[in-house]
Order: sequence, then C-alpha cells, then structure tokens
Amino acid sequence: MMKNNKVTNILLSGVGGQGAILASNILAHVFVEAGYDVKKSEVHGMSQRGGDVTTHFRYGRKVYSPLIKLGDVDFLLSFELLEALRYINYCKDSARIIINNQKIFPPAVNLGLAMYPEDIPAMFKKHFKNNVRIVNGQEIALNIGNAQAANVVLVGAFSQYFPEIKEDMWIKAITDLLPKKIHELNIRAFKEGQRISSDK
Amino acid sequence: MKKILQGNEAIARGAWEAGVTVACAYPGTPSSEILPELAQYKEITAQWSPNEKVAVEVASGAAFTGARAIACMKHVGMNVAADPFMTLAYTGTKGGFVIMVADDPNVHSSQNEQDSRNWARFAKVPMLEPGDAQECKDFTKIAFEISERFDTPVLLRGATRVSHSDSLVELEERQAAPIALGLDKKESSKYVMVPVWVRQRRIAIEERMKKLEKYADEFPYNIMEINDTKTGVITSGASYMYMKEVFPNYSYLKLGMVWPLPKKLIAKFFKKVEKIIVVEELDPFLETEVKALGYKIFHGKDRFPNMFELSPELVEKSLKGKSYKAPKIRVKTEDIPKRPPNLCPGCSHRALFYSLKKLGTFVFGDIGCYALASGPPLSAIHTTICMGAGIGGAYGAGKAIGKEGLGKMCAVLGDSTFLHGGIGPVMDTVYNKGYATTIILDNRITGMTGLQEHPGTGYTLKGEEANMIDYEQLVRALGVKNIRKVDPYNVKETMDTIKEELNRDEASVIITHNGPCMLHRREKRKFQFPYYTVDTDKCRGCKSCLDIGCPAISWIEQEGTTVDGKNRKGYVSINRLQCPGCGLCAQICKFDAIIPGQE
Repeated sequence: MMKNNKVTNILLSGVGGQGAILASNILAHVFVEAGYDVKKSEVHGMSQRGGDVTTHFRYGRKVYSPLIKLGDVDFLLSFELLEALRYINYCKDSARIIINNQKIFPPAVNLGLAMYPEDIPAMFKKHFKNNVRIVNGQEIALNIGNAQAANVVLVGAFSQYFPEIKEDMWIKAITDLLPKKIHELNIRAFKEGQRISSDK
Repeated sequence: MKKILQGNEAIARGAWEAGVTVACAYPGTPSSEILPELAQYKEITAQWSPNEKVAVEVASGAAFTGARAIACMKHVGMNVAADPFMTLAYTGTKGGFVIMVADDPNVHSSQNEQDSRNWARFAKVPMLEPGDAQECKDFTKIAFEISERFDTPVLLRGATRVSHSDSLVELEERQAAPIALGLDKKESSKYVMVPVWVRQRRIAIEERMKKLEKYADEFPYNIMEINDTKTGVITSGASYMYMKEVFPNYSYLKLGMVWPLPKKLIAKFFKKVEKIIVVEELDPFLETEVKALGYKIFHGKDRFPNMFELSPELVEKSLKGKSYKAPKIRVKTEDIPKRPPNLCPGCSHRALFYSLKKLGTFVFGDIGCYALASGPPLSAIHTTICMGAGIGGAYGAGKAIGKEGLGKMCAVLGDSTFLHGGIGPVMDTVYNKGYATTIILDNRITGMTGLQEHPGTGYTLKGEEANMIDYEQLVRALGVKNIRKVDPYNVKETMDTIKEELNRDEASVIITHNGPCMLHRREKRKFQFPYYTVDTDKCRGCKSCLDIGCPAISWIEQEGTTVDGKNRKGYVSINRLQCPGCGLCAQICKFDAIIPGQE
C-alpha cells in the first residue's frame, strides 16, 4: 500500500455549520487506521459565524507540510458550490472533484452587492471533464431523514475513490466519532452516498 | 499507542504526561483549546483566569511550591502578562514553569501580528518551537525539565498552523513531577526583587544564559540533517515542514530551541554546507542572530517575506524567484465574493450596533465578536485596539476635546473583555472626572474564542458553579453613579437610553441584558416568535432591513409592484431556517412588511 513516498492531498471546503470538520475527522480516522501518516490543518477560529471552512488533509508514508501546495490537490471535496470554486486553482489537472449541489449566499450576495457565480458545475466540468461529481447531498440526506447528514452522504460518495479501504473502516470511523443516537442515520447517509456514486 | 491530535491537544497531553498540576489561561485564538483539554484530567487544576497577567501569576505561584505549572495565551496575551513574566525571568521558580504563547502569522484572528521569539531574547529565557503535534507534546515535556534544570521560565511558541493542525502522536503515561511540594524557607535574594537583590539576579541571569547556550548545542531537538551539501537551511517549526516538503534534498539545521542558539552546531553546519539559507516566519530573528555570529548567509529575508505566514508555494516561489512556475489559473478567484465571518442571526450585538449607527456615535470599540460590526453594512466601530482600550480611549478623547465631545462618543466592549481589562479605565474615568459612557455588551460568555466561561458567567472551566460577578455592583463600587440596563432588542428604548447617557457630563455605564450569545447552550435565547417572514405584497424593496447585515435576510432582484401599486426593483426574503425571530428587522421596516411567522 505504501511503496513510495507519494503524499495524497485532499482539500475539504465548505461553510461553517455544514459539517466539513466532521468529514475531515472521519477521513483522519480512516487513513490513520489504514496505517498512513496523516496531517490535517484547518482555520476554524470564526467558522461558527458563517465564514468559510477549509481543511487541508494529507496522507502518505511520511507527511511534512500541514498545508497543501497550490496546484497540488488530488481530491477536492466541497460542501458548497462557491466554496468549491474558490479552490479550483488548487487542483491538479488530474484532480477528482466532488461537490455538494448547494448554494449558500455570502453576505455581499445577500445584500445585492455581488452576484453568485453562475453554473459552477459547468466550470469544473470544462477543466476536469469526467472527474467531476455533483451530489445532491441535501436532498439525499433529507430523504433518509435529516438534511444535516449531507456531509456524510458526501463522504460516502468520496469513499468510492479508495477501493483499498474497506467499508467497515468508514463505518467504524462514523460510529466512533458520532453520538449513538445518530449512528443509524449517518450509516445510511454514508451508504446512500456510496450507492449514488457507484451508480454513475 | 499513536493517536491523531491537534497541536493544542498535544500540548495539553504533554503537560499532563509531564505531571503538571496547575494550568491557567485566558482564551485566545489559536491557543484556546489547550485549557479545555487540560480540564478533562482530574489530576490538573485547570482554570480560566480573568486575563493573561493573572494566569502567569497563578501558574508561577504554583511553581514556587515545586509544582509543575503552565500558563497559555495567544501572542497579544504576552503583552498583558509581560509585567510578571519579565521579573519571573529573574527569580525563576522551584517547580517547572512553562508559558505557552501562540502566534498568529497572517492574522487569521487577531488585532496585530507579533513574533513572540522576541520575548525570549528580551527576557533572557529559553524558547522551544514545535512544528507538529508530536513535537508539541515532546517539547512541552522537555520544557519542564529545562525549566527546573536551569531555574528559568521556559517559553513554548505555538503558531496557527502548528496549534491548529492535527497529526499523529505517540501517547505515554503520566509521570509525577520530580520536586516535593512545600513552602521553602525565606530566600529573599532570589525571590524578593528589590534593587539590591535584582542586581545579583541580573548577574545570575547572564550565567544561566551561558549554561543554556551550551545546553542548546546538546539539545536533542536541535537536529542537523546532512543531505546535499551545496545548500543548507536553518529553520524551525512550520517553516521546516514547508521547506522539507518542497526541497527534500537540501541539508537542514532544524532548531527545536530558537533561543538561545546552538553556536557550535551552527558553526558545524556552516562547515559542512556551502550555501546557507535562513527560513523563518515573521521577523528575521534567526537571521539577525546568525549574521551577528559573523556568518554570511546566502538567502534570508532578501527572498522571504517578513510578514504573514509561509506556505509550501510561498517558500518555493521565494527561493526560485523568476524560475518559479506558478500553477495554472483556471478562474480568477480574487473576484469570487468573499465569505467573511458575520454576527450570527439574532445576535444582540447587531441590534446594539444598529442603534449606535443610527445615533452616529463615535465608537471606541474592543476586540471580540462585536468587532464584526466594523464591516459593512453596519460599519459602526471607529477604533479597535485591545481589551479595555476603548474605555480609556473614550475618556481621553473627552479630556482633549472637552464638552464638544458630549453626546458624540462612547466605549463598547464585552463582558469577558470588561473583566479582562475594562475595570481600571472605568475607575480612572470616575476618579479623574471624565464623562465617557461605557456600554458593556453582556452576552454571558466569552464569545469569539468559542464560548469559554469567565468570572461573570457563574461557572468555572471545569463546569463547577462559582461566584458570578454582578456588573452593576462592581461599577458602582468604582464610583459610577449612572448605571443603566437596556434590552438591545428594543431599539427605541436602547437609543433613548444611550442618547441620555452620552449627553451626561459624568461617567456612565450601560449594561445590556437579555442578550446571551446565540451559540450559548446554557442560556439558550428564546424570542417571542419562532421566526419572522416577509409579506411580499407589502415589501417595497427599500433595503432598510439589509442595513443590519443579518445572514438570514437576502435581496431578490425582480422588478414588480406591491399590492397597493408601488413599483419596486425587488424585495427581501427571510430564510426561515436561519431566522431565530429576534425581530430587529421588523422594528426597522417602515412598511410593516416583516411579520411574525407561526410554528
């Protein structure tokens, strides 16, 4: 599994309250369990107040920098369309992109002072072709009981890129990190994410 | 056993493993997580102090008895703690005493950018600088050993990218602190810092520094890695991580101890490597010192910025110069609307600052969530310096311009910040006959840093019930005669009260009530109605309600007419999921278009 010193770079982005930090904790749990060195870095000082949340997540045999170099992202996992677009230049040409199909207007857009960029999925598809997945996380999560679980739906969709990691490791991370009463909901959310992703 | 920990969690773990029994702090990003983590250990008395000066004094007192103690703060906290710290550097403490200070390069959440390494040189004490979570834990532990061995406070430097990054840490067991507890016999020449004994200690410090310099050469975390001998890098902390990532083949001298410097090791490195580059965030601290030792460096601050933070691409760009190939720009991301932090929907600060803006008051502000009212559309703050500074500022401004200033200005700060640094300047305003009006925004918690208890909340860090400061009694004891309480959600009453007090030629204090932080679980705010909604038949699209910058209200651009035939360019909409029903927007709407919603 770890023949060379290749480090894989995953950038997670979203808006405070969307559960981006939980998603990155699930990743950390899984990749540590799989025997990798992991580094994860986030600015979350004021994210509770509606600011953007970004997590740099890196795994490999030995990881030095806690930050991903501009242009070196292998996977972009984004919980909001605009927050995906903000990091489009961070991605490698070969990057795989998963975006939650949700728009949350920033203040300037709410005030009518700026426009929310149009057709973000098309912008990604232009550059990354078939490596872009747009997931209706909210809708899927709502169908199984709670829109809050959209983040775990996204993680489920994301998990398809890592066939070497068995499903039970993801489920274990979810049950280790979340309170018992929401285990069932989140396991279903994860599996739904997996399913829609493999339906492609 | 290995576990993934945040840098701050690892510092807490290191302190616990080192046998620490007393830990104190005032919260401040990026250091705030250390104390709540320490509070989980039953062996440790972990507490929020009213400010960093008190935290350092309490921790040092514990260390005087032989205990191991730690005080934690952000970089600006050291400015407050500097007074006891600079003299504790003279006395030393019997038990291990560590001050953890977290810098915020690039100012993610601070009022300035400081390089705390300067404190080490200034106070003549050692400083360690970890670069990841494992080092955070290891360095914390060894800091206590150094403190006891050399009889000195030890500084541990954090930074946003170290304190707030997670990586794997090998966990170990807790060891008891090595020194027996007790109050020693009087030793005035060491602990009573009056001039005659200060002079003796001044000499002792220099001797200690010489010993520490020798120790730096054998310090196990000053590590030389010889690879390609053409280029070598002297660096530390996160900078090492970035450089190592981008230039893995260079040779490195990674300094775990950034003060004092290991002179012999540096000499050796210069012998082994042809060209030396110094890479460090913020000030040219290492560079200046290496140059002072007589060495010529190949690159330093001539290439690397002396402000903000470094990153893998920035070190590459700085060093490669013109040969740096920037990655492809697919979209001009500078043009994408920003998403700055905002006051929460329903926040009582929004209501209060709306009133101040309407009154046109010159606001001497403070740091905390209310600083978010400085940006548009509220734009209601004129100064933000540090905790408590607004009160002294408003009082001083009144002294300069006299009666001209009456009715025109006030100081605004929070409950936690008032207790931190606001008591002195209110006392001064009364004593020296000023007329400043101070508004204490009591949201029942330390908000911005993530909801920490303080002496006004009635609870300790460990969740025990405690004395609760009565602000009214407190300011009355300072001599304030005019004390008013306002409900900030009642705009008219608030504006009338503020206006009256601003015009009074005497010190006054206005305390908000009924406005706990919207994120506060214990004092969960409930409003009369569950949410408000827009009657789109009536909304004329005047945009007045947008002036409060509430995240729940948005503008829908769509030409049309109201039900009574008035033309409009668009209308507003309220997001039911975000709106907690505070009703501020409904008070502002002149057309009764914002109405209570039903469950």
